Amino acid sequence: MLMRRTERSKRTILWLCVCGLISGMSIGCPVSLCAAEALTGKLVITGSSTMAPLVAEMGKRFESRHPAVRIDVQTGGSSRGIADIRFGLADIGMVSRSLHVHERDLYETPIAYDGVTIILHQTNPVHSLTNDQIVAIYTGAIRNWRAVGGKDAPITVLTKAEGRGTLELFLRYFGLKSREIRAHVVIGDNEQGVKTVAGNPHAIGYVSIGTAQYDAERGVAVKLLPIQGIAPTMENVRRGVFPLMRPLMLVTNGVPEGLPRRFIDFARSSEVTDLVLNQYFVPLSE
Amino acid sequence: MVNKRSSPWLPLFQERCVALVVWLAVGLVTTLFLWLVSEIVLQGIGVVSWEFILSAPQNAGRDGGIGPMLVATALIVGVCLGVSVPLGLGTAIVLAEYTNENRRLSQWVRRSLDVLAGVPSIVFGLFGHAFFCLFLGLGFSLLSGGMTLACMVLPLLIRSTEESLRAIPREYRLSAAALGLSRWTTVTRLLIPLALPGFAAGLILGVGRAMAETAALLFTSGYVDRFPTSLLDSGRALSVHIWDLAMNVPGGNSHAYASALVLVGLLFAINLTSSFIADQWKKHALT
Amino acid sequence: MFSINTLSPSRSDYLLATVLRLCAVLSGVVLLLVVVFLVQEAFPALRHVGLVRLFTDDSWHPTEGLYNLLPMLWGTMLVTIGAVSLAAPLAILSAMFCQFYAPVSLARWYRRLIELLAGIPSVVYGFWGLVVLVPMIGNLHPPGPSLLAGMVVLAIMILPTIALLMEASLAAVPQEYLHGALALGLRRWTMIRNIVLPAARSGLFASAVLGVGRALGETMAVLMVCGNVVQIPHSVFAPVRTLTANIALEIAYAFGTHRSALFASGILLLLIVLGIVVVADAVKPRWTYGE
Repeated sequence: MLMRRTERSKRTILWLCVCGLISGMSIGCPVSLCAAEALTGKLVITGSSTMAPLVAEMGKRFESRHPAVRIDVQTGGSSRGIADIRFGLADIGMVSRSLHVHERDLYETPIAYDGVTIILHQTNPVHSLTNDQIVAIYTGAIRNWRAVGGKDAPITVLTKAEGRGTLELFLRYFGLKSREIRAHVVIGDNEQGVKTVAGNPHAIGYVSIGTAQYDAERGVAVKLLPIQGIAPTMENVRRGVFPLMRPLMLVTNGVPEGLPRRFIDFARSSEVTDLVLNQYFVPLSE
Repeated sequence: MVNKRSSPWLPLFQERCVALVVWLAVGLVTTLFLWLVSEIVLQGIGVVSWEFILSAPQNAGRDGGIGPMLVATALIVGVCLGVSVPLGLGTAIVLAEYTNENRRLSQWVRRSLDVLAGVPSIVFGLFGHAFFCLFLGLGFSLLSGGMTLACMVLPLLIRSTEESLRAIPREYRLSAAALGLSRWTTVTRLLIPLALPGFAAGLILGVGRAMAETAALLFTSGYVDRFPTSLLDSGRALSVHIWDLAMNVPGGNSHAYASALVLVGLLFAINLTSSFIADQWKKHALT
Repeated sequence: MFSINTLSPSRSDYLLATVLRLCAVLSGVVLLLVVVFLVQEAFPALRHVGLVRLFTDDSWHPTEGLYNLLPMLWGTMLVTIGAVSLAAPLAILSAMFCQFYAPVSLARWYRRLIELLAGIPSVVYGFWGLVVLVPMIGNLHPPGPSLLAGMVVLAIMILPTIALLMEASLAAVPQEYLHGALALGLRRWTMIRNIVLPAARSGLFASAVLGVGRALGETMAVLMVCGNVVQIPHSVFAPVRTLTANIALEIAYAFGTHRSALFASGILLLLIVLGIVVVADAVKPRWTYGE
């Protein structure tokens, strides 16, 4: 027993040494980029945290097809992606909202679609809310679930942090300004919203449909509400009838050429449809 | 009897009360600890295996393992300690042994260090991004991340080592000088071994903070989850991976718990080893 | 030659002194760089928005050009004060336990436990707070994510840090003092109160200050349990946003003046820490034992 343990630790130490050696060696010789026929080079992609896991998976598959290419995906938020491609820090930006007026000079390519819907705790007796009711709840005009047919309990309102793609979509659809929102909890990423609502029976929030559906199917105590009577399903997003939806886009500074072009084409192709579905987004085409 | 302050039973009563309070506090801390750890262990143990520890993540981390994150974390912490331990130890000795405690300059230095030890990690992250990644052009890399953490850990290390050097009675130094020991011998054979508990505590806290750091690393070492091949590669630290799984990947809970379990286990192993080494060194150096 | 600083004139000692000084200077340069860079990045906000508006604007809505940091400042201070006043007494008791109350073997295990606790990533504390503590507080008094949740999670998180450092400073009290106390036949608590605590005061105090620093600086855990609403809280059950959570939530997409304003809030944090340290230094000399 003791012998085996020391064996194992020796092996671990050896392994660590090898790792150190490799890393030391590769510092010595910087990566050189040669312009051969086969695709080579390094692609830096930054932006939306919603998209980062998806694009990272696409990058891995692209790398396996073209071994001389390296694709580094960094997260940080939609506007970060735009800032980075403007400063030349990244080749491609990931943006999960439509571009603002002053960003229209950039070149956008959608690679998938995503919907946003209202979520409540599973035990909440309310099954639907009209747009007016949602606006009233988010502006603080309605503060108790009784006013919309629920239990006598104060409403806990969740909203997204300012600057998030999801918030901008929500505000635009309901014609609100972020200053008008009277929230009790401000969240960052989708999963945090689901976890917060699941932990509070009187909460209301809005998150990406994919995230909410995935969690609800696996027994997390949340339920998705329809918007204007349209069920929040991936199918309705795919058909384009769900009102609150957004494109997930790869954005470049000017029309992409060379390696970025090849990667964007790859990200739109049917070769990655399974990856898009795995991350609970809606692919461009079936 | 009762109104006499010097009565024999009042101090005894007080003594018992304090002991009770101490044991209650310790019970509370232990309960909290067990609560937290049992949560991590119960939820994570089912996923952890050699396969999980060695392989690369798949499907945004829902499947596969955490091999690249472990390598990235080890390299980041290695860079961090490689930079901060020599600098920190040297600086602490200078502050405690070579400067007059009451001189204005050394007071200012000490004060600045206290301030920097309190600066939020995310602010160091901002600095690291602006300085190492952009200004020095290191980009998102393990080197940037490690050096950012070194800046973060340095004040902590200096202050805790210096405090324990200062706590060594002056008589020890005078005796050493009277024996004609050189400064080198005094420092290495007497002062460092005596200051070791403080240094070890500072180091353990530093490593703990470095390995647990999330916010600062997100902007410096990045998010790339492949096996790093050089220190200039971007690499995702284990803590960043946990955060991403918990907050951004639906269905990432079980792998988040498993990764947390591995990280906590790793830290426990490091603590055991470092305090073992510290004990050995102390015994060896003082005899 | 025989001044206090060079008690022995050996050559290796000069080398030692040089190397050590070099280390010190390098550390100084590195840490100075941090401050210089922060100020440089924050400068645009100070110029375009101005110091006054950072505290007098209507609210914090950077996308609409409003930059009031005051609610976040309140959030940070209240969460920190709450956390430290919960954690520090427990930490002192913990340290006393290890040094004076527990049998040696138990103390060793308890210390391991504290060290392990110190190593748990803040994300895990935050996660635990989000799924366990927040719903509990929510049942007591909705909404749940609140100042109180932040205080408790932070207190649990900084407790091991403070406890470890406090124990190290208790351990650094010279054995002779304790032997003397035992020889006088002092009881345990009498000895601790009258000899150990006064002798270790400076270390204990420094530990608490470091704890304050950690509480101030914690980002991820606070982000997960505090609710992050920009407002001055009216009770412990109200949600708050701290300066650090604000940076973490917004730096990802911020640029231009907004980014610069976040750097300015970083400097504000630095100034708060500076204030604490100055107060601590002003208090400490009066406390130091035997001077």
